[in-house]
Amino acid sequence: MKIVLPALLAVALGASAAAAAPAPAPQGDVARGKAAFLRVGCYTCHGYEGQGVPGKKIAPNPLAYPAFANFVRTSPGEMPTFTPKVLPDQDLADIYAYLRSKPASPNPAMIPLLQEVGR
Amino acid sequence: MKKSSTNKVDRRKFLAGVAVAGAAAVTGEAKAAILPGGKDTARAPAARRPSTVLAQAEVSTPSVPSPADGNPNLTKGRPGSDFMLDVIKSLDIDYVFTNPASSCRGLHDSIITYGDNKKPELMTCMHEESATAMAHGYFKVAGKPAIALCHGTVGLQHATMGIYNAWCDRAPVILMTGNSGDSATRRPGVPTTHSVQDPAAMVRDILKWDDQPASLQHFAESLVRAYRIAMTPPHEPVLIVLDTDLQEQGIKNPAALRIPKSSVPAPPMGETNAVREVARLLVAADNPVIVADRVARSQAGVKSLVELAEAVNATVIDQGGRMNFPNMHPLYARGSAAVSRADVILGLELTDFFGTVNEFIDNTEAEQSSRIKAGTKLVSIGSGDVFIHSNYQDFQRYQAVDIAIAADAQATLPSLVEAVRKEITPARKAVIEKRGQAAQAAYAQAKDRMRADAAAAAWDASPVSSARLVAELWPLIRTEDWALVGRALGGWPQRMWNFDKHYQHIGGSGGAGVGYNLPSAVGAALAHKEHGRFAVNIQPDGDCMYAPGAIWTSAHHKIPMLTVMNNNRAYHQEVMHLQRMATWRQRNMDRWHIATTIREPYVSFAKLADAMGVAGIGPIESPADLAPALKRGVDIVKKGEPVIIDVVMQPR
Repeated sequence: MKIVLPALLAVALGASAAAAAPAPAPQGDVARGKAAFLRVGCYTCHGYEGQGVPGKKIAPNPLAYPAFANFVRTSPGEMPTFTPKVLPDQDLADIYAYLRSKPASPNPAMIPLLQEVGR
Repeated sequence: MKKSSTNKVDRRKFLAGVAVAGAAAVTGEAKAAILPGGKDTARAPAARRPSTVLAQAEVSTPSVPSPADGNPNLTKGRPGSDFMLDVIKSLDIDYVFTNPASSCRGLHDSIITYGDNKKPELMTCMHEESATAMAHGYFKVAGKPAIALCHGTVGLQHATMGIYNAWCDRAPVILMTGNSGDSATRRPGVPTTHSVQDPAAMVRDILKWDDQPASLQHFAESLVRAYRIAMTPPHEPVLIVLDTDLQEQGIKNPAALRIPKSSVPAPPMGETNAVREVARLLVAADNPVIVADRVARSQAGVKSLVELAEAVNATVIDQGGRMNFPNMHPLYARGSAAVSRADVILGLELTDFFGTVNEFIDNTEAEQSSRIKAGTKLVSIGSGDVFIHSNYQDFQRYQAVDIAIAADAQATLPSLVEAVRKEITPARKAVIEKRGQAAQAAYAQAKDRMRADAAAAAWDASPVSSARLVAELWPLIRTEDWALVGRALGGWPQRMWNFDKHYQHIGGSGGAGVGYNLPSAVGAALAHKEHGRFAVNIQPDGDCMYAPGAIWTSAHHKIPMLTVMNNNRAYHQEVMHLQRMATWRQRNMDRWHIATTIREPYVSFAKLADAMGVAGIGPIESPADLAPALKRGVDIVKKGEPVIIDVVMQPR
């Protein structure tokens, strides 16, 4: 599956977020994105599904691409910085496509088991 | 060898002497003794007052020489290790965890023959590190120490990491190691290789006390002293060296032997004025926060902490070194957000106060910042100030505080509760009650957030998520008298299960030495077995692979325990470190799996369990298969057996 990102998304997020980020990914490939997600080890902090723990939850609804890419490229905090040298722009776009492809989480109110816990 | 003519006389003197002098404090049943002619009744202590009949029988044996006389293959008199066992029994120690060792053969024999392998019972371990961890986990449930018996030099070296965990976790494991100190009598070759001038030297930095007794009386006094020191907060491991000659040779001066009475001091309590000052701070605070790490060693500790928290409606962050505070209480909190809002922080038995109130970012600048507001008052109550060693850095970075009370927190809490109640004015009572209402609202929100987080954390994904596994377990154990003896997986058990008893969680290793979880869980489950509790162990796969022989121990000794293998097929924290190095250095990102992952081949933990006599189930990869597998496992445990369920899981 390929997901084409809307070019206007970056504009909508404002110049500050987009300034340090690469151009919006023109196209991402979900299968290649999954492979890159595993290869560079995104899953180690974010889980195989991007669900987070111990990192932030990044799927199924990741940040808009410019903000997403900017964070990956310049993260000052606990998350390592992934430069284009270790994570090329196309791989990043593919990863983004993979994260966007993830289905929505189930409604906790509809999961009987979750009504039993915490009591 | 010169024929001894003194043996009979010594035995007579021993018994007669004891009869006259009486024992200071000996244990055992008066019915037991070895009768002339080799007919024995039940086991007798080596040094105790005999009955009149038995004493008469012994001292009137006149003419038949002891078979030991002149025979170098027979022990002359009762062996010293029998007396050592009497001393051990006087301390009400139930278990000795050991891997068999020639340097301990004398005591080993005494335990299984003279002592009939009961109180203490030998627990067969596959590694001294595991033996130490079992004694460590056992203490945290039973509340009393066990012995880890280690071979000379190499056995103690094996035990070292387990000792460090116990040291960091304040667990009073009583270590014993054999040693042949006399070069003139010790066996050449390997036994000499395993002998050492100062056995404790290799671990002294992580012991509270040690001794190398030179006589049996010295042993008696030192073991009783060691027990007393270990059980006085801060609880820490101690070591007694067992000289092989003392163990194996006959008792030469039995009439002089005494077992001192054991008495453990009351724990140190906080000074009255300092406690009163802490109470004033707590009552006057707008946002008091209590942070607890290794506080509750009994239900009384939990009860006192609840009373303190409710008296001022303070948020309680349980760092989980022990089960300190009920997690379904509205004042229970997780994370550091409450710390950031606090104006008074009371740290109870914190290992790392600095890390509690400061942030550290693992980047190339090692950035640090404070989590707390300017002017926040910090108070420390803990026994860590009473005793500390220099070398190992488990005391963490220095944190300045406003009031420090060097005392045992659990022992101090009742007086602090009383002081707080006296300080509360009607005006402050209104503020406190309002704070309680806010806590109730936040509590309800936290419950909703937990359910949303669980659903969003790959609920239906394969491999299985941590939240899913923990949620699936709860309906199966909630009606049991359950206890978590292993890892608190991602904090999910504390978010989903209802912990309200101190024994339901025993915290972690302390020293973060991998290889602790499995044997510690076995030791803890052994302590729970006596109470008929249902032990649940969430077991990291990499930890299991350090010393899987603990699985066999659980089978051999029939220790019921539900182990769920948290099989993420990696030493996952190290995966993350290697990934971090690669990004810092902008290097190849497809190599961090080398020497960090457990794949090619994957480990079949079900087969591993089967091979050791434990029922193995799995691997389970789909969450849909989880509930039936867990149900099977629960049924096996209810029959009194251990089981391992291999679940392939998300990384964290």
